[in-house]
Amino acid sequence: MTTVSLTVNGKAVSANIDPRTLLVQFLRENLRLTGTHVGCDTSQCGACLVHIDGKAVKACTTLAVSVDGAAITTIEGLAQDGKLHPMQEAFREHHGLQCGFCTPGMIMSAVDMVNRRGHELDEKTIREDLDGNICRCTGYHNIVKAIAAGAEAMGKAGVTTRQAAE
Amino acid sequence: MSATGIGAAVRRKEDHRFITGQGRYTDDVNRPGQAQAYFLRSPHAHAKIKSIDTKAAAAMPGVLGIFTGADLAADKIGGLICGWMIHNKDGSPMRAGAHPALAQGRVRYVGDHVAVVVAETLAQAKDAAEAIVVDYQELSAVVETAKAAGAKTVIHDEAPDNTVFNWHLGDKDATDKAFKAAKHVTKLDLVNNRLVPNAMEPRAAVGDYDAGEGIFTLYTTSQNPHVARLVLSAFIGIAPENKLRVIAPDVGGGFGSKIFIYAEETVCVWAAKKVGRPVKWTADRTEAFLSDAHGRDHVTHAELATDADGKILALKVHTTANLGAYLSTFSSSVPTYLYAPLLSGQYDIPAIYCEVDAVYTNTAPVDAYRGAGRPEATFVVERLIEVTARQLGKDPAKFRLQNYIRKFPHQTPVIMAYDTGNYAASLKKALEIIDYKGIGKRKRDSARAGKLRGIGFSSYIEACGIAPSAAVGSLGAGVGLWESAEVRVNPIGTVEVLTGSHSHGQGHETTFAQLVSDRLGIPIDNVSIIHGDTDKVQMGMGTYGSRSGAVGMSAIYKAIDKVIAKGKKVAAYVLEADEADIDFADGNFTVKGTDRKLDFGSCALQAYVAHKFNGQELEPGLKEGAFYDPTNFTFPAGVHICELEIDPQTGVTKIDRWAAVDDFGVVINPMIVEGQVHGGIAQGVGQALLEGARYNSDGQLVTASFMDYTMPRADDLPSFDVGMTVTPCPSNPLGIKGCGEAGAIASPPAVINAITDALGHEDIAMPATPQAVWRAAQKSISRLAAE
Repeated sequence: MTTVSLTVNGKAVSANIDPRTLLVQFLRENLRLTGTHVGCDTSQCGACLVHIDGKAVKACTTLAVSVDGAAITTIEGLAQDGKLHPMQEAFREHHGLQCGFCTPGMIMSAVDMVNRRGHELDEKTIREDLDGNICRCTGYHNIVKAIAAGAEAMGKAGVTTRQAAE
Repeated sequence: MSATGIGAAVRRKEDHRFITGQGRYTDDVNRPGQAQAYFLRSPHAHAKIKSIDTKAAAAMPGVLGIFTGADLAADKIGGLICGWMIHNKDGSPMRAGAHPALAQGRVRYVGDHVAVVVAETLAQAKDAAEAIVVDYQELSAVVETAKAAGAKTVIHDEAPDNTVFNWHLGDKDATDKAFKAAKHVTKLDLVNNRLVPNAMEPRAAVGDYDAGEGIFTLYTTSQNPHVARLVLSAFIGIAPENKLRVIAPDVGGGFGSKIFIYAEETVCVWAAKKVGRPVKWTADRTEAFLSDAHGRDHVTHAELATDADGKILALKVHTTANLGAYLSTFSSSVPTYLYAPLLSGQYDIPAIYCEVDAVYTNTAPVDAYRGAGRPEATFVVERLIEVTARQLGKDPAKFRLQNYIRKFPHQTPVIMAYDTGNYAASLKKALEIIDYKGIGKRKRDSARAGKLRGIGFSSYIEACGIAPSAAVGSLGAGVGLWESAEVRVNPIGTVEVLTGSHSHGQGHETTFAQLVSDRLGIPIDNVSIIHGDTDKVQMGMGTYGSRSGAVGMSAIYKAIDKVIAKGKKVAAYVLEADEADIDFADGNFTVKGTDRKLDFGSCALQAYVAHKFNGQELEPGLKEGAFYDPTNFTFPAGVHICELEIDPQTGVTKIDRWAAVDDFGVVINPMIVEGQVHGGIAQGVGQALLEGARYNSDGQLVTASFMDYTMPRADDLPSFDVGMTVTPCPSNPLGIKGCGEAGAIASPPAVINAITDALGHEDIAMPATPQAVWRAAQKSISRLAAE
């Protein structure tokens, strides 16, 4: 067993874990943060995507001990003071989700996309950048629209992604 | 139309929990004392099990129990069932082999269930599974669909030639006669590629047993929890229905694959009692590839006969359908009654004859996947139509127009009686959206840039609802396919609707609430939709076959009728008027010709306090239920046009534009309906360009992860132009036809027709991957050079 200490959604957590515990297991099973999902176990689908020190990482292939001391943001930590993040609002407004299983990873990936590429995202950029996230329900049409709108809304609201996310 | 009523693009009520990470899927369920299950699966496609030694494994840390097929048999747990009986041409019943939940002496596909280990943790269960010693005697495997029948290797003793059934539909003599009189016959050999449904949420199950009450509870990823309970109770024998509760909480996509009752949930709920602890199993993605029921896998020869003017005279089809190693729950219905009755498409075809041979192979079971039989039929019809138009030198749009059915109702030669439709209207609108007039110039522009541009049509029809019950019963269904609803009005006028439909992405919590809000004149936030729990909803048939609107909502509609009728009785007492004089509109009961009124909430309160009427004359309370059985299938139809560009240097196909015009009858929420179309098209494009489940000759699944099986990603797809036409469905009170499967049905032939248009020849199969397209394009280039 190994001790791991992290900040998750702004709260310090520490636990004694089996060294082979994956970050996604730690989040889901130890912390009961079940918004982060496992869709493929091979870094392909992005349902497990979280932010580690502000960067998008797939938690299904990350050992919890390897991110000791890091600050993690999950989907549960995105809304602040009961107010939805603009990207969450955009997914609802533009029907960017159906079954909801890929959605947490999609939203976390979208916020990271804005972090990296700014608030004005064209369709081609969004589609190419979304290569690491699979959705089986929506055909991506409305996810692309939601991300473009969410990026713009983040700009208008003056929400820097790091403030909102971290 | 109100802002939240029928026809409004209401934003989804269920979304808040999903966008904040508060959805509750089966793997999110954790019961006190929960243990973990891991299934030891067969590494061989076909083998005898000589012995299983679990002794060393059982002594490993954390192990609570290891069970095999012998343990299930000792507890008299029955095998998995196929719920649709198909009869052979000679009238004899299909030949179904036994399907034990854990293997009994023989494994028949890679991933077949050999044993289950239940341990404190998943890691311990996996470690112990590695210590189980299984002595296999390998047998040769039958893998290829076209070569299974009559192969030396026999998979089930019950089916000595590996054939489950030889079935047919239609009039052979009339078809043969029409072919003899034909001026032109188009012949095609087609493969409908095998697919893996791949809902993003892998299947999962949590079994729980309350020893005090003797009640089992199963949380499972199901599209139809009541059917799961029925099968687990009545056929498999876990427990009587009143001692078995099945809960399907949030379910992360199904596409058919979560209709069926699988080995894993059967074993988890049974094992919970054996070990005295809740037992959880969640598939990893490779387990999903290996053991979820796959889709499609047809090999077909088809011929279309026309007269000298291009009028279609007859259609003849022979299909071999691969059903895998065992018959999954509804597998036998897919290549038969969900397939051949759709072979008339949107066309007036006087004679049709279809033969289907269904075979066993040493591959995962094959069952319904989005569209289920209807995409396969549409692919046959629309490829034949397009190729015939080309061979006759006719414009593909005009050739379709020439042969469309125009008078309704229309009885096809293959069971179906189409009720309404306006196929020409959909075609006209789609041609406008795609700018068909400009295609010549766009093709020339592409050619100048060294690209090949093509346009492809698909005029699809589907039969949805999968009802009336008497009709499907006469065709072999083991269940009735009605739907139930209960509308519970609370004393202050809020409403709970219990439905037997199940939502796994379709947005029922919104659309069903729209119907209630619209009809009862109450705010949509005052309506809650409850589904997916057999302890709450008495009985239901679940969600598949695009049936939740046409059948599920019709049941709610009927229950609301009863609520309004009862409300009128209550209002008559309260308003001191004759019941016949009470009207109900916009949320108010009124007395004709007066200004006396009672709003819906006050009526509910009066119904429950029961102060204004005699409880002997009128029962207190306001709660009504209904079962709805449709009078016909519904027939959504439409036209999809795909325009694409091929780079002959790389073989990469880029879809440039997509026009979809669908007639779904009355639409409750256009935003949700369009979303269903988008997703369906993406799955169909995936089938046409990217996806294919491949077994090697030993029966190993070589596409068993997202690294080997190409799922459509955002940059593989365009945005879609979606339009609608509406002819209301006459067979249900709301006029709904259904929309869930249309995109997946329409799109594969549209893509392949466009690719073959670009290539100038028909020699390409699905999936048309860059490598396949590159090879086909080289053939086009060398042909052009030769000319």
